[in-house]
Amino acid sequence: MPLDKPYLDLPGTTIFDAEQSRKGYHLNQFCMSLMKADNRARFKADERAYLDEWPMTEEQKQAVLARDLNWCIRLGGNIYFLAKIGATDGKSFQQMAGSMTGMTEAEYRDMMIKGGRSIEGNRHIGEDGDAQAHRQPQGAAGKNASA
Amino acid sequence: MAKITASVYSSHVPAIGAAIDLGKTAEPYWVPLFKGYELSKQWMREHQPDVIFLVYNDHATAFSLEMIPTFAIGTAAEFTPADEGWGPRPVPKVIGHPELAAHIAQSVIQDDFDLTIVNKMDVDHGLTVPLNLMCGSPDAWPCRVIPFAVNVVQYPVPSGRRCFMLGQAIRRAIESYDEPLRVQIWGTGGMSHQLQGPRAGLINRAWDNAFLDRLIADPEGLSKTPHVEYVREAGSEGIELVMWLIARGAMADVAGGPRPRVVHRFYHVPASNTAVGHLILENS
Repeated sequence: MPLDKPYLDLPGTTIFDAEQSRKGYHLNQFCMSLMKADNRARFKADERAYLDEWPMTEEQKQAVLARDLNWCIRLGGNIYFLAKIGATDGKSFQQMAGSMTGMTEAEYRDMMIKGGRSIEGNRHIGEDGDAQAHRQPQGAAGKNASA
Repeated sequence: MAKITASVYSSHVPAIGAAIDLGKTAEPYWVPLFKGYELSKQWMREHQPDVIFLVYNDHATAFSLEMIPTFAIGTAAEFTPADEGWGPRPVPKVIGHPELAAHIAQSVIQDDFDLTIVNKMDVDHGLTVPLNLMCGSPDAWPCRVIPFAVNVVQYPVPSGRRCFMLGQAIRRAIESYDEPLRVQIWGTGGMSHQLQGPRAGLINRAWDNAFLDRLIADPEGLSKTPHVEYVREAGSEGIELVMWLIARGAMADVAGGPRPRVVHRFYHVPASNTAVGHLILENS
């Protein structure tokens, strides 16, 4: 019998459950290794060579090299692990979170200062809020990238 | 006998720690947030506990995916602030209370909660940021701290109901300890926030404030809120709020005593990606 997953109808959200965790095990453990300064230095010196030391899928390695956090999350990454890549790059949590929306850093920061993203239209897939699939990418950074 | 004197609830946003460490607390962005904790620091100086039982979550710091304990109690003599990738925070070592922690572990496990006992563990911003918010930045933390880490990273996390009942078991454990210690229990994390995907940046002020109302007045009812409501209404990382129910379950009124006094309530948006909520409840 399949497990009940009532969270699959959340727009723009991946819940890191046991299935995602299994998929992302080596990706997340690679991220964990970046908590050691020596490993951060080795990764920065040659990212590809460092990634090749891990039994990750090629797609997971590509997603890391591209610093595409949404892609990493689809492949089983979890944000608290992926944050170690951001830390290695000198990025804040806000820069990392913002990068997943398609907004520029300034646009995302302004949204937060104005009270954050509204819940309205963003509770269930199929509504019309700004996190819904048909409204991606948001903001100028995403529009430039997709143009 | 030991007594639970009060419970404290607070968000533990890492950017707050960074603002403290980098000397940015006087910047306009941060002023309203730190102002909201001024009364708390004053209260803390006047109501110094002997021990803080600090419920928080580890953010892929001490626990990787190698081991994922649902509830982990720190029984060590001391805990080192972790390097989370930005270098360790320049905050004092956390001094534990191994005797009380061991007593709680034994009592709570016999009370049907299967805790993981951790004798070696670094502690991350989830634990140190609330200490800064309540105690400032001293050379040494003013009291002992028992870290209690809850898995809220990999789903399913423990239910609000289970957390609330665990708080009651922790109360029974603490209040059966012979030494006359004053113990505070803190619940940290939350409030609404989402750090991932196109819905990142979600804030739900109305839901958060209803949560605070019910945490004060109807914690039993609040504890029945299902997981999916937390993640739907308060964001994927808003699920951290189940930890507040552990602290609330340990208050006297839940065991038939008098209702707690609300010493302080504060709510602010934003700290980085997150809505910050804070409460102090005192047992009379």
